[in-house]
Amino acid sequence: MSLVNYATREITCKIVYYGPGRSGKTTNLHYIYGQVPEDRKGKMVSLATQTDRTLFFDFLPLDLGSISGFTTKFQLYTVPGQVYYQATRRLVLQGADGVVFVADSQARQLDENIESFQDLHANLAEQGVDPRAMPIVVQYNKQDLPKELILPVAELSDAINFRGSPEFSADALHGPGVFETLRGISEQVLRRLSAAGAAPGTAAGAGTR
Amino acid sequence: MRADKRARFDNYIVGSANRLAVAAAHAVADAPGAVYNPLFIYSSAGLGKTHLTHAIGNQAMARHPDMAIEYVPLEDFVEQLHAAIATGEMDRFKQRYGRVDVLLIDDMQFLTGRRETQSELLRLLNSLQGSKRQIVMTSDRPPAEIADVDERLIQKLSGGLIVDIGVPDYETRVAILRAKCEERSVTFEPGVIEELARVEFTNIRELQGALNRLAAAQATDGSLTPAQVNTLVGVPEPAPASSPTAAKQDEFFSFLTDIASAVAAQIEPWKVRVGEAVGFWKGEGYRTGPLERLMTEKQPPENWEALLRGFAQAIDQLKDLEQKASSVDPALGGSELFRDPERLTEAEAFVERALAGAVPPAGPQGAFARASFEESPSNQMAVRAADAVIAEPGHRYNPLFLSGPSGVGKTHLLNAIGNELARRGGANCRVACVGAQLFIDELIAALQDGTIERFRARYRAADVLLIDDVQFVGGKERTQDELFHVFNHFHAAGKQLVFASDVPPKQIEGLEERLRSRFEGGLVAELNVPDRTLREKLFGRFLADARVPTTPELLAYLAERSAASVRELIGTVHRILAAAETSGGPVTLPLAKQTLEPAVGAAPSPPPTVRQAADVFFLDDEKIVWEWPDAAGRLVEELR
Repeated sequence: MSLVNYATREITCKIVYYGPGRSGKTTNLHYIYGQVPEDRKGKMVSLATQTDRTLFFDFLPLDLGSISGFTTKFQLYTVPGQVYYQATRRLVLQGADGVVFVADSQARQLDENIESFQDLHANLAEQGVDPRAMPIVVQYNKQDLPKELILPVAELSDAINFRGSPEFSADALHGPGVFETLRGISEQVLRRLSAAGAAPGTAAGAGTR
Repeated sequence: MRADKRARFDNYIVGSANRLAVAAAHAVADAPGAVYNPLFIYSSAGLGKTHLTHAIGNQAMARHPDMAIEYVPLEDFVEQLHAAIATGEMDRFKQRYGRVDVLLIDDMQFLTGRRETQSELLRLLNSLQGSKRQIVMTSDRPPAEIADVDERLIQKLSGGLIVDIGVPDYETRVAILRAKCEERSVTFEPGVIEELARVEFTNIRELQGALNRLAAAQATDGSLTPAQVNTLVGVPEPAPASSPTAAKQDEFFSFLTDIASAVAAQIEPWKVRVGEAVGFWKGEGYRTGPLERLMTEKQPPENWEALLRGFAQAIDQLKDLEQKASSVDPALGGSELFRDPERLTEAEAFVERALAGAVPPAGPQGAFARASFEESPSNQMAVRAADAVIAEPGHRYNPLFLSGPSGVGKTHLLNAIGNELARRGGANCRVACVGAQLFIDELIAALQDGTIERFRARYRAADVLLIDDVQFVGGKERTQDELFHVFNHFHAAGKQLVFASDVPPKQIEGLEERLRSRFEGGLVAELNVPDRTLREKLFGRFLADARVPTTPELLAYLAERSAASVRELIGTVHRILAAAETSGGPVTLPLAKQTLEPAVGAAPSPPPTVRQAADVFFLDDEKIVWEWPDAAGRLVEELR
């Protein structure tokens, strides 16, 4: 997927929210969706099971309008967290410009977090993407839960974020940290614009004549 | 029901929002049934409809004590109607309202869906209006917006005057508050009332309520300061930034702002420039192939700025070409060729072909050379002016208007100017030289085929326009219209215009003032009947052209003979030549005398109708008949 197309003057960012099941990826998207002014709202596509677990994936297109003369569109996706949706996760991950890893701060979920983060790396590697080159931010969600249930950010960071990606604590249900995370990943992704511009196939019409 | 005595005109504050309504109400109250019947007043709640209605009732009562004046809210009217139906006393109900002189009905919006009331009301209104009784109605919306009402009734309601009352402005609110204070004998600290009036209440009842509150507060707490007004009245403070919706917007927009700065910081400036150019030219409808290819470069080519400039120049050239093409035929303008800078050479060739293929307006006739035009005192001014025009087309005399009687050389001079300008201007100078009749014919043909655009373009493409016999446009409105525009186009572009006519512009019949003044705006030069000098010169030239040896005596003799036009001189020459040919001898003075003397006084002059044919003579001397059969001969021919 091309990030910036100079010819059509479009910037398109595909950002995938990754993480273990029930860590709050869809909640992140829902909160963002709720903050978008009515006139800019696209349609949020959510394929959920009856128990509100993401079955396939969520898709939230964000039309940010014209920025520096570029029509800027963000596409936010979530992957299903449950282990057995491996194939879907790989599919959604394809062509991602950036990944938000949503970790569940609950102490009893620590292993799932680590497992999922490793799974992310494995999937990226399988697609021929160097995980070190992929912009990733980590969000420690559910920090609003009682202290006795969750691990502090520092501890989580030690356990999960071995690459030292930018990290954010969040309460996706009520909002704190959601936009900070999105901003964090956006900046990381956009920082690669100049580099990505040189990547092959970024401009439509290349080599047509 | 009687009108409320407290609601009068004198305690009704008039502001810009209700001035019209009050004026109409006054007029109705003073002469019920005479003007604005029915009067329909609408406004949102609490702006004084009811007050105004009562005021009409009170004033009408004061002016006309004998009148029956009935004020009824629609709800009461409905109830009375229902009661009448229930008790079988419809007749009494009808009688009661049938004798009312001024009927004031409030709250008409409640008619919605009440079919039987509507039909009864319609009947009542018809009967009242028929006997010149006044009806005044109020509603919170205009008649047409009252839902579910019989169309006929809406028409009836809208039939008189509909006025609305708006929300009072600040000044009016102050005035209302002061009036209310006076009414209640309350006084406030200075500034309090003004502060209260600043609150934008949407209706006067709220305003009054707020005033009551202030009065009550003042009665208990002592006098108030303006600063206390807002808290007392309970005006919410300006919404704090922390309100949920504001926070929503903020969160999203601050995100947007951050993204914008991140994008601006990350995108390579040269690509932005090129991208902007692509977007711009695409928006203008041009193809941007070269720029798009430039975009795919990894590193900015050294000369990318020059490439951008070159691209813009190519587009400028395309624009020029397109303009040229549309001057030939507007239909060519939209061609796809003019949209792709990469096909510039193709476009150039295309325009060249188009220009070559277009038929320009007729040019000057080559036979009329400036060198063969003889100058003399009789035409000196015109000739000098023509020379000035030839030397500096478009600058000295624009337009040059040549006038003079038939056959003195206007056409010759006109064409000579054209030929000279064409010769000096070279291949790029397009000289259009047409007779006015041709101009008119082409215009008519263009109108007929719907190619008027093309007609205009053809003429406007010319660099010099010369029109002969321009007197023919007199009385032809459309032609004058076109000529007017063509004239303006040429004049504005500094292109030379020359006209010839047998009379000066002032004397052209049916010539519109706008054209006349334009013709006179340059130089009107006269060509007069040839004088002796000119005659002598011309005879010398004509005989020399015929390779006939002449003597000064012969020329002097010939020049002495007066002539009305150059054509006459030519006729004379031809007669002498013919006589010489018959006799087989040379042209001599005696021969000339012999040939011409008997004919003196009856010199054959071509009748004006052959004037056009005579022009052709200059090209082909076989086409003209100088010797017309005499009257007797023609008569015999017609009798046969």
